[in-house]
Amino acid sequence: MSAYFAMGGYAVFVWPAYALTATVLGGLVLYSWQRYRDSIRNLERLQRQVSPR
Amino acid sequence: MLTRLANPARFMRISAVALPWCAWASCAVIAVGLYLALIAAPPDYQQGEAVRIMYVHVPAAWMALNIYLFVAVASAVALVWRHPLAEIAARSAAPIGAAFTFVCLASGSLWGRPMWGTWWVWDARLTSVLVLFFLYLGYIALVNGFDDPGRGGRVGSILALVGVVNLPIIKFSVDWWNTLHQPASVLRFGKPTIALSMLVPLLVMALGFMLLFAALLLVRMRTELNERKIRALRLNSAASVRPKRRSEHGVPARPAVLR
Repeated sequence: MSAYFAMGGYAVFVWPAYALTATVLGGLVLYSWQRYRDSIRNLERLQRQVSPR
Repeated sequence: MLTRLANPARFMRISAVALPWCAWASCAVIAVGLYLALIAAPPDYQQGEAVRIMYVHVPAAWMALNIYLFVAVASAVALVWRHPLAEIAARSAAPIGAAFTFVCLASGSLWGRPMWGTWWVWDARLTSVLVLFFLYLGYIALVNGFDDPGRGGRVGSILALVGVVNLPIIKFSVDWWNTLHQPASVLRFGKPTIALSMLVPLLVMALGFMLLFAALLLVRMRTELNERKIRALRLNSAASVRPKRRSEHGVPARPAVLR
């Protein structure tokens, strides 16, 4: 198992490459999703204000 | 199909259905791709296990180029036909493209260190991809740099179109100049020069990245449309408030959007 994680001596290059990819893409996903939820909440609140039922 | 999708209300309806499919499909395909790339694929006979960096580096590079092309085409449609959704598509796609370009540059650097003995070299391929990254950043800055989003969109579109000249330079840089970067081994004339056991994980990861792009694009476009609706509603309600009330505390009247 530890031989696998050593990546034939290239562990310090292989794992950071994957970790960095996951961080950048995951961060963009989280940020975009957060903004999406916010926009839905704000829009619903405004629409309730404009036409209160 | 594009003209049918072009109506914002219809886009909201169709994208609401397509979004979860794209999102879950990208999760599944990337999971399979990671298994293939990190476990199933064999080590390279020269590069050993370091070759596994390829499975994020190369698909990220393909995405970087293709998303730029997408931004440029959408910008052209926005400029020529004044299509509101095209402009929103371009604006929503650019940060995703910038993220993939960054992943490509950083993973390439991590690959270059053990294989070439250097993190960075100013050869034609690396430099032109760095220029692509700056084009993305310039486009994003321009598009968001104006109070009037329509104006920012038009100026940004022009930059996006001018930047298209960089795409063939990136693609053919490895053939035109003597670069440290290796030439293409998949997208070339004739057969790919890469073994099938490595080509399959590469293509699966590329498909996963494409689906991720689709899901992110839909989320960001829907956000943008919601935000435009919010802006319109705020403008409307600010305009309908009587002037007397607007300046009630001696504060000069000012529409809510400008605050």
